[in-house]
Amino acid sequence: MSQYQEKATVSRVEQLSAKNYRLTLDSPDISGAAKAGQFVMIRTGLAKDPLLRRPFSIHQTSANGQFQIYFKVVGRGTDMLARVKAGEIMSVFGPLGRGFRIKKNSPAIIIGGGLGIAPMLFLAKSICRLKTDCSNDHIILGGRERSEVEPLVNDFRQFGLRLGLATDDGSYGHQGYVTDLLKSLDLHPGYTVYACGPEPMMARVYSICKSGSMQCQVSVESVMACGMGACLGCSRMTKKGTYTHVCLNGPVFNAEELIWNS
Amino acid sequence: MEFVDNREDIFPDLRVNIGSLEIANPVMTASGTFGYAREFENLMNLHRLGAVIVKGISLHPRPGNPPPRIVETACGMLNAIGLQNVGVDRFISEKMDYLAGLNIPVIVNILGDSLAEYREIAERLVGVPGIAGIEVNISCPNVKKGGVAFGTDPSMAAVVTKAVKEGADVPVMVKLSPNVSDITLVARAVEDGGADSISLINTLIGMAIDLKTRRPVLANVIGGLSGPAIKPVALRMVYQVASSVSIPVIGVGGIETTEDALEFLLAGASAIQIGTANFINPRVSEEIVEGISKYVVDENLPSIRSIIGGLSINDG
Repeated sequence: MSQYQEKATVSRVEQLSAKNYRLTLDSPDISGAAKAGQFVMIRTGLAKDPLLRRPFSIHQTSANGQFQIYFKVVGRGTDMLARVKAGEIMSVFGPLGRGFRIKKNSPAIIIGGGLGIAPMLFLAKSICRLKTDCSNDHIILGGRERSEVEPLVNDFRQFGLRLGLATDDGSYGHQGYVTDLLKSLDLHPGYTVYACGPEPMMARVYSICKSGSMQCQVSVESVMACGMGACLGCSRMTKKGTYTHVCLNGPVFNAEELIWNS
Repeated sequence: MEFVDNREDIFPDLRVNIGSLEIANPVMTASGTFGYAREFENLMNLHRLGAVIVKGISLHPRPGNPPPRIVETACGMLNAIGLQNVGVDRFISEKMDYLAGLNIPVIVNILGDSLAEYREIAERLVGVPGIAGIEVNISCPNVKKGGVAFGTDPSMAAVVTKAVKEGADVPVMVKLSPNVSDITLVARAVEDGGADSISLINTLIGMAIDLKTRRPVLANVIGGLSGPAIKPVALRMVYQVASSVSIPVIGVGGIETTEDALEFLLAGASAIQIGTANFINPRVSEEIVEGISKYVVDENLPSIRSIIGGLSINDG
């Protein structure tokens, strides 16, 4: 397991909607080592405030040594990140955590909700690279409104997988939840469902998987200081009654290992 | 033959003494910010450290507090991890082999709910190869009993120190809480109790509130503040304590740079610990060793020891 602290040059900043941005970073060590579902810790500034790095899932990597993150401005750290200019240098630490465990012989359903779409592009790429038969695979993307989904859709079309789209307000695709689209599929126990999104979404996805006896992997979020198992801040209760740590044992978990509040 | 002053070939004298323990340089990693060291092995050269202080160990394993356990604050962070650890027996069987192989002094941070527990942990560590010292945590704000109570009452602090000293076969460092009105009282009590050295400060008790939900951010309600926000408080307390005890003092609190570390040495610390900064830059402690080394060379100091307590106070 190789982890790097890299000085990465920002090569591109894209504003995809009012608050959502995508950053492309030149970071050959990290992008070369990264697996789908892993994350990086980025220092959004060099001053003492904000102090801590911020975790971001890896949106996708490219063969020329770049990776991308896709994020929303929610606080001071992400606000600073949104103002970064191409050519600036950022301290990036990664790749961190355990990513998705791709099941080569199982048809895949990839579900991304809101910012949870971020790691799913890397996953879709990896799945299409690893698997010989993707004819039964699906991608379902959702969000509250058009601007959370539409700007990313073209990147997901390149895989030729069946693509389902949903928005809460119906401004794009199906009006309703990604779980409506999941339920409308001809589901069978052979499927592996990979999901990332808001907690209630993942809880519903898991409950559908459970009743349909399908494997379900989820990528969860947590506050964390270090991203590498030193601070023990990112604890999450497991079904066994013990705490697990999102940064080391996740962020991708088998959904059945975790406790879900429905 | 021409003499070339090649500064890269100069190995400055960075050794410091913590009582009977001599360490190669004054940089240690603070308990609870460096795991059991192995977590950092791919990210830095562990052999460059003066000493490593491992995550606090209790007699029995502790699960820690429910999340959220941490929150960032201005120039710092609050934590309420709740001393999650594997317990002393698993620590010895699972972690010590690796630590002993590091060839750097390993200091084991211990904590208990009672005097008997503190003493028993110290006794179980007797004879375990690779342990150079014990750091006694009498100052954790995040557990219901023990911990902080021992740290705020000077007579209790002395009694705990004595209990650990009686049980231990290695030098004992006692880590003080800053959450007291006069830290020199606790420091002197701990010295009287037989401590070989004193480390300070542990975190300052703090709180963060989420206005939207009108709830505390931390599940534990309160937590310990660390990071650069606390450095001035730590410096002041190190200065006060170093002036009032005769045992070595180890400074900790918000150290992020070589300059920070040197300021603590001037204030009277014989060594320093790097804490929260490890979370942001896992190589920071090694970089500070390099920085201190460069400082000794650049300033033509005979050794790093020559600046310890070297603060000039202008009385005029």
